[in-house]
Amino acid sequence: MPITGQLRHLEADYDVAIVGAGPAGMAAALGARARGAERILLVDRDAEPGGILLQCIHSGFGLHAFDEEITGPEYAQRYLEQVLEHDIDVLTDAYVMDVGPGGRMKLMSPTVGVTGLDARSVVLAMGARERTRGAIRIPGDRPSGVMTAGLAQRMVNLDGYLPGRRAAILGSGDIGLIMARRLRLEGVEVVGVFELLPHPSGLMRNVVQCLDDLDIPLHLSTTVVGIHGRDRLERVTVAPVDDGREPILERSWDVDVDTLLLSIGLIPDAELARELGALFDPVTGGPVVSGTMETTIPGVFAAGNVVHVNDLADWVSREARVAGEWAAALATGARRPDEDVRLVPGDNVAYVVPHTISRDGTYTVSFRVKRPIHGPTMLRIGEVHRRKVRAVVPAEMVTLQLAPRMLEGWSGAVLRIDAVPAEAVVR
Amino acid sequence: VAPSRCHDVIVIGGGVVGITLARELSRYHLDVVVLESDAEVGFGVSKANSGIIHSGIHADPATLKGALEWPGNEGWLRLRDDLGFGFAQVGELLVALSAEELGTIEHLHARGERKGIPGLQRWDAARVRAHQPNLSRDVIAALWAPTAGVVNPYEAVLLIADNAAANGVEIATEQPVTAIEPAHRGEPDGPLVVHTPTRTLATRYLVNAAGLRADEVARMAGVGTFTITGRKGEEYLLDKRLAGLVTSVIFPCPTPTSKGTLVTPTFDGTIMVGPTAEATDDKDDTATTPEGAQAVFAAAKRLVPAISERDVIAEFAGVRAVADSDDFVLGATGRRGFVNAAGIQSPGLTAAPAIADHIIEVLRDEGLELRERSDWRPRAEHPVRFSALSTREQAELAASEPGFAQLVCRCELVTEAEIVDAIERGARTLDGVKFRTRAGMGRCQGGFCTWRCLELLARCRGIPMTEVTKRGGTSWLVRDRDDVDAAPSGGS
Repeated sequence: MPITGQLRHLEADYDVAIVGAGPAGMAAALGARARGAERILLVDRDAEPGGILLQCIHSGFGLHAFDEEITGPEYAQRYLEQVLEHDIDVLTDAYVMDVGPGGRMKLMSPTVGVTGLDARSVVLAMGARERTRGAIRIPGDRPSGVMTAGLAQRMVNLDGYLPGRRAAILGSGDIGLIMARRLRLEGVEVVGVFELLPHPSGLMRNVVQCLDDLDIPLHLSTTVVGIHGRDRLERVTVAPVDDGREPILERSWDVDVDTLLLSIGLIPDAELARELGALFDPVTGGPVVSGTMETTIPGVFAAGNVVHVNDLADWVSREARVAGEWAAALATGARRPDEDVRLVPGDNVAYVVPHTISRDGTYTVSFRVKRPIHGPTMLRIGEVHRRKVRAVVPAEMVTLQLAPRMLEGWSGAVLRIDAVPAEAVVR
Repeated sequence: VAPSRCHDVIVIGGGVVGITLARELSRYHLDVVVLESDAEVGFGVSKANSGIIHSGIHADPATLKGALEWPGNEGWLRLRDDLGFGFAQVGELLVALSAEELGTIEHLHARGERKGIPGLQRWDAARVRAHQPNLSRDVIAALWAPTAGVVNPYEAVLLIADNAAANGVEIATEQPVTAIEPAHRGEPDGPLVVHTPTRTLATRYLVNAAGLRADEVARMAGVGTFTITGRKGEEYLLDKRLAGLVTSVIFPCPTPTSKGTLVTPTFDGTIMVGPTAEATDDKDDTATTPEGAQAVFAAAKRLVPAISERDVIAEFAGVRAVADSDDFVLGATGRRGFVNAAGIQSPGLTAAPAIADHIIEVLRDEGLELRERSDWRPRAEHPVRFSALSTREQAELAASEPGFAQLVCRCELVTEAEIVDAIERGARTLDGVKFRTRAGMGRCQGGFCTWRCLELLARCRGIPMTEVTKRGGTSWLVRDRDDVDAAPSGGS
């Protein structure tokens, strides 16, 4: 069911306006509708809703949201069908330029021009952007052929072009791993994936399915230290790194490639929240959020990769549904829950989302570990909950369910989240 | 193929010197062509430098560099008034960190006053700190020169080029000169013929503003009396977060080969540190190096201790064109009609308007007739910069032209209409679009808009995506799916 026509008439005010129509934004819209919001607007910068899902033509989506394995575009389509069935206004080719305090929104699109509207609640669902060469300072020339893995994915999967003939990939993030496989299947020679860290950054299933199954080498503790080529990339210099992640240049070697894809991490694309003056978490790079997914700016919610980088679209949608529900609740007169409990990262935990909760709600608590533990691991939420898992790695986000009964009889204000080897836990 | 017409002046080199000269020539009834070897004007030495319009104090007045530095500074103010590119007179502080350096400051102060540079002041440490609180506590005194400015060198060159073209100058890119010969055998003083791989042009006067290749061009004309060597400079741009760390250009005391590593508040509000000054045998070597970064940051931290390598967001290198005389090579040659504007090292960007005036006098002496046009238009129609407009102006523009409501670059808020306009003004490559519009210069570094810019370049220029390049030559960007073994066709 394609979108047949562009939205031409914008209301002057909405109950809930959502910025970004990817897996977060569409789920937020459905959540808002389910919770009783009447006028809902979904804005996206691209010509069609779906966000980055549209270029993710591989399978692996929907295992949690739909109990079956589907592709990114299929996942987007299922959400979009529901969005349209629920008469949610969808404005594409549109860009939200500014969100002011009180929900005043400035946006632009060829169909409505530059215009303003008021939203009682706003949900930020802009996703993430990729880190670039500038972020990691590789010295050398500045030829064509050095690009983010996501840009390459777009050109191959949406437009049918190839980025080059012989490629190396820096960083073992999921997009890089998936693009290693994609390029190999398209007939591009993929000489290897180089990862600075001693362990892969992407999901283990992607390491197996995208590299091992195709005999693409993964070089751990290795990075690119030089880029050579005046016009087009001709070769890169790679070197192993020591325990302090400093390259050992005496052991460097050259690799002839005309393409270098960068898969060196994602950053929440949260500029609108920053401009609003929301409080940020320095670890996630996204805004601090409450258990209702509200930022520190009242009425402005955020969910998905704009808050913290997730590894599954299904998790993004689940979190965004909560944001949409609460955005609607607040817009239709409900009161905020009284949140007097803080969740903070403890042993071997990098960050925790949400940052605060109330004692009488049910929450999905998401976090990432700092270091892998290849064996039985105890996950602890303060003194109130613990769960043993087989192993944890930084590449895989961990989630725990927190229910009001767990907090019964507990009167503290801070819950520390830990992830430690199970045998180290004194019972 | 014999050229069908004889031009009045051909300028070889579309850098700041060639382009500024061409615009000055466009005041007169003349048929002028600029031949640029790159795909875009200003993409050689002119693009990769510190972007400083020097105060006028730096070069020895006994040299051409020193004689043209201050008139050049004044010339930039006139160009700015006519063309409205980004230019801010932020002033400079040349700082002394030791008692020995106090002598250097005094020497430059006295010489600057003899050159007639206005506003020079000697500041003590307290005054320096009040003005620039983030400078090192080791600064014991400084020379303040308010006439120094910062400019976007590529923006300026592009706008000067646009104005020259609007006044009838032909600017031809991807035209590397391969040979120069007399048009008629037996007429050694007569017109010249210039060859490129795709064109043959005849001209009565030829100006050699070929930058790093100027010695080769002079040799083609049989007047190879000088050589050009490269001197590389690496520059590092720091995160916008550091805007305001310094508000004037900070100079250390100079060394014999360089003005040293500077801390510059660029026109765009970022802080830039550099350059290095390393002799290079390879004139195309614009690679940054770990050693260069180390040298730049060691030197910059002596001036501003809060500067850190961790804040780098972009880095680049340029190569200065240094003649063996270590001065500009300007003027007539043994071949009548062949004029040099070569050896343009620092303060070359500053001096460019004065170099243009100087060369025009040389051409007049060589016999070029200069009749002023009554229809010369000094002012350029400025490209719209959507991001700089008020909401009301943006709304009016978007209502009149939907291309202004279609966003392409989110980080720098660049619309489709601006990109189409840049291509119509002559941008031929992805970098040409980027440097004209800022699309792709923001925090995502083109991650989201590169593809849209590529599509617009292909559509507006009527070429396949595989022929769009990053900056000409073999800098192709994509290839067809069925073209796994064949080499892409490259630039066009």
